[in-house]
Amino acid sequence: MSENMKQNYLNHPKGIMSWLLTLDHKRIGLMYLVSGILFFFLGGLLALVMRFELAAPGNDIISNEIYNNAYTLHGAIMIFLFIIPAIPGALGNILLPLMVGAKDVAFPRLNLASFYIYSFGALFALYTIINGGVDTGWTFYTPYSTQSSSNVVPMTLGIFIIGFSSILTGLNFIATVHKMRIPGLTWYKLPLFVWALYGTSLVQITATPVLAITMVLLMLERFLGIGIFDPALGGDPVLYQHFFWFYSHPAVYIMILPAFGIISEIIPVHSRKKIWGYKFIAYSTLSIAFIGFLVWGHHMFTSGQSVFSQIVFSFITYFVGIPTGVKIFSWILTMYKGQVSFTPPMFYALAFLFLFTIGGLTGIFLGAVALDIHLHDTYFVVAHFHYVMQGGTIVAFLGGLHHWWPKSFGVMYNQTIANIAALGVFIGFNGTFFPQFLLGLRGMPRRYATYDEQFVELHSYSTFWSGILGISIFIAVMNLFWSFIKRNKVDPGSNPWGGMTLEWTHTSSPPHPHNFEEEPVLQHGPYDYDKVIVQKTYKK
Amino acid sequence: MLDRLTEFFFPKQVSTYASDIDSLYFFIFYSSVVLFFIVVFGMVYLSIKYRHRKGEELKLTSSKDHSNLLESMFFIIPLILVSITFVWGIRSYLKMVIVPDDAIEIKVTGQSWFWTFDYPDGGTTLNELVVPSNKPVKLVLSSKDVLHSFFIPVMRSKMDCLPNRYNIMWFDATKEGVYDIFCTEYCGTGHSQMGAKVIVMQPAQYEEWASELGSEDDDLPLDELGAKLYTKKACNTCHTLDGSALVGPSYLQTSQMWGQERVFDDGTSTVIDDNYIRSSILEPMTQIVAGYQGVMPTYQGLLSDRELDALIAFLKTLNEDSQI
Amino acid sequence: MAHHNPDAPSHLKHYFHDVNQQYETSKFAMWAFILTEVLTFAGLFVAYIVYRSWYPNMFIDAHLLLDVNKGLMNTIVLITSSLTMALAIWAIQKNNKRLSVLMLAATFIFALVFLGIKYLEYSHKFEVGQLPGEFYSYMGPDAVHLNNPHIFFSIYFIMTGLHGLHVAIGMGLIAWLIYSTQKGNLTSEYYTPMEMIGIFWHLVDLIWIYLFPLFYLIG
Repeated sequence: MSENMKQNYLNHPKGIMSWLLTLDHKRIGLMYLVSGILFFFLGGLLALVMRFELAAPGNDIISNEIYNNAYTLHGAIMIFLFIIPAIPGALGNILLPLMVGAKDVAFPRLNLASFYIYSFGALFALYTIINGGVDTGWTFYTPYSTQSSSNVVPMTLGIFIIGFSSILTGLNFIATVHKMRIPGLTWYKLPLFVWALYGTSLVQITATPVLAITMVLLMLERFLGIGIFDPALGGDPVLYQHFFWFYSHPAVYIMILPAFGIISEIIPVHSRKKIWGYKFIAYSTLSIAFIGFLVWGHHMFTSGQSVFSQIVFSFITYFVGIPTGVKIFSWILTMYKGQVSFTPPMFYALAFLFLFTIGGLTGIFLGAVALDIHLHDTYFVVAHFHYVMQGGTIVAFLGGLHHWWPKSFGVMYNQTIANIAALGVFIGFNGTFFPQFLLGLRGMPRRYATYDEQFVELHSYSTFWSGILGISIFIAVMNLFWSFIKRNKVDPGSNPWGGMTLEWTHTSSPPHPHNFEEEPVLQHGPYDYDKVIVQKTYKK
Repeated sequence: MLDRLTEFFFPKQVSTYASDIDSLYFFIFYSSVVLFFIVVFGMVYLSIKYRHRKGEELKLTSSKDHSNLLESMFFIIPLILVSITFVWGIRSYLKMVIVPDDAIEIKVTGQSWFWTFDYPDGGTTLNELVVPSNKPVKLVLSSKDVLHSFFIPVMRSKMDCLPNRYNIMWFDATKEGVYDIFCTEYCGTGHSQMGAKVIVMQPAQYEEWASELGSEDDDLPLDELGAKLYTKKACNTCHTLDGSALVGPSYLQTSQMWGQERVFDDGTSTVIDDNYIRSSILEPMTQIVAGYQGVMPTYQGLLSDRELDALIAFLKTLNEDSQI
Repeated sequence: MAHHNPDAPSHLKHYFHDVNQQYETSKFAMWAFILTEVLTFAGLFVAYIVYRSWYPNMFIDAHLLLDVNKGLMNTIVLITSSLTMALAIWAIQKNNKRLSVLMLAATFIFALVFLGIKYLEYSHKFEVGQLPGEFYSYMGPDAVHLNNPHIFFSIYFIMTGLHGLHVAIGMGLIAWLIYSTQKGNLTSEYYTPMEMIGIFWHLVDLIWIYLFPLFYLIG
């Protein structure tokens, strides 16, 4: 390797302006990562405040108002400022061009603009917090959201702006996948993470505009009283729910598809095994993205929609379940006759399989209309979507960070601490959320600041473990960033897990400012562990 | 065994369709447990069996990446399970929506943050739904302001209350008793206190109760009636008697300040007297006590003059030692 | 590091192989963006359909309050502007810079006329109080019997307003095109921006072609 390898995107060019005005997708990805993690911690802190309030019934620590603000901001920050923008924004930005062998995304300027639009939207969200919060729930259901005296407008404006960032990133990624691949890198040779980002981007560009228009209508309702959603003026609050969920159900797939992609990378690499059912995983990603548009009504099973709609939405909902189930089996079978290493990313992937399976299966309970009527808006739902969003997406995200950390930043974290933290996340997560299934079954409604004596035991278990979960996540993330501070550098030629995709085989760690010293030539598919032995090289 | 499990997972089964829904739950539950164990067992077994042992050379691994038999099994078995779940879910659901013809109809109105129940033979209750056992009851639900949702866990039933249309739910209670009602659609500050009770009575007892409804309180002394109304009309959701502030100011504080000035959020003030209490119940949004949010609904039409007098009389009697 | 060769045209960005790849990428992304735009308006079309089915009679009577002649005039203006836009692209392909600039200027003026007519329509509605939501105050003999007519005007103003915003943005883009073409930045070799903005402009036209009958004609 040449002298050029000392030059990488982190140290070249230098200076603060070279970062603020960078067009390099890797730097933009790192900026997304840092801001995303900050919002993740902020949202997590709010969650802990809520959990501690709920340790006992009654308003012991915070009042109803503060609790309502806390849960609204927790949801809005986690979804709109962390999970949706930050995972494709961070890992997607850093890896997508590398994985397709391109020098950058299709529109680098637009990419930087996306990041600044996201930051600008985030400022409105921060303003909301400083100015006294917002208490409507992240769903902003009308007519409460048109009457509430809290900061509904700044928050929805922030979400509206972030929506543009989401759309532009989606456009950029789609164009990159379609047009920027190196010759020979056909669709079926793409790493599955690229497929996942592609599916995510498709949903982003088609669903987000509907959210944007919904937020505009909500703001106009507050400013001008246009009456579209206001029953007092002849409008319909249920139409708001239809609009909102037409975006927000597909948004669930914006959140989970990148996680599927990450898992599809980690498992074959750390099992040194060709992935099971490549084409199935690729196509199911697209079909899940598509079917995701047709099931929004299952969020409205108790809203009084017609019996026929209930039946149709319930029916289609199960069509998301089956391909997802087959995916889980494919990931497990990938390990068959492989060489499985128990590394931190692999632990996260296994934790993902365990937790996401619970998240997915409990979705089946909620898809059955008769049962959903009992479980709707109870803690069962809270537990279900945390198993999907946190147990699924965030655990996969942490796994992805541990997997690509040495590649992206050229430093290695302490693997023992990483393993212990992963175990803490796994146990703490189950301890926090498993009791909530039981709470929901027994009738505990969600979004309650105080509750009945009968629920106290399960709530206090949940609170206890949430502390462990919070500490573990903090340690896991700090352990990563500590490797930066310690400058625990790896050799630029390192490939510690023996990865086979272009970012591992054709560029240094951290990558060259222009990604590749020369345009890569494809030698094998992304998971050809049956044809080529890629050595694990890890030198300090 | 199943009974004890049902008790562990669920609240009591009080409606006719509750046991059917619980059985559906257990069907999905057992199927899920089996699938879950297959996943976890497969994951643990394969990862340990094929682990990379210390010192073992890296080698080319198997190129096996599909098996038609396994894949069709993974497709067909879940398909069969979800088909059963779907059909069962719909069948049970239809039982929940088809209201028997002989049902008694009670109007339920949600309002931030209490429930009003209007009975077929006249009469209204607040936060207490009284129904006969073994007789279908149809509830017609709506809201006066924002969205609410009416949830009776023991009946396994729930329905949103909307401000611009009527939704319907029904149940046939099989066991007498007093059970919880919760609001499950977020509706603002008092959402978590917007609870009520459903009281299931023997039909004969219900008839008696219904015929007395509205006339029983006439001979009570004013302050005793006020004490009763304090909980019955849901004042206690937002106003305490011990001086601590909830959503609104405590009655005790108001009582102790009798005859003194009260300051409002627009800077004006007024002396606390009978007229002030009356207008603050009937037109709560015109004068908002400094430090609180103006969120109280009007009680216009919900309280008679005698009831208003009773509440005022009750408030005046309050002191530090008041117990209710 | 493979710097691209010095003969490459100045508009070729370094991260593309060749001019063709760059062009294809832009065009592809533009169509994806059009998809996004279509879905933005689709949400509002759904709102239109829902409220039309809720208040069928009100919609029929309220649409009579709109000025069909002005709407028709605007339709003709906008369709013509689409034609001049297409001609501008055709001219630049033939390297006829003067004609191209002329056609772009015509497009710009038609867009201005469109907004002018829209302004006349809006200002009349403001005068008589045919306004959205709470601001509705029109009580003319042809409207007293209407049930919630402000809903119709809410949807009318939001949809035509959003469309008008697109026209205004399009005018800004066309003004920039006039400047770049005049300066000689766009030639028959490289006119991707003009083609992309052309696609956008046709979309703006197309949306109006749906809006016009839905609000002005269907009774």
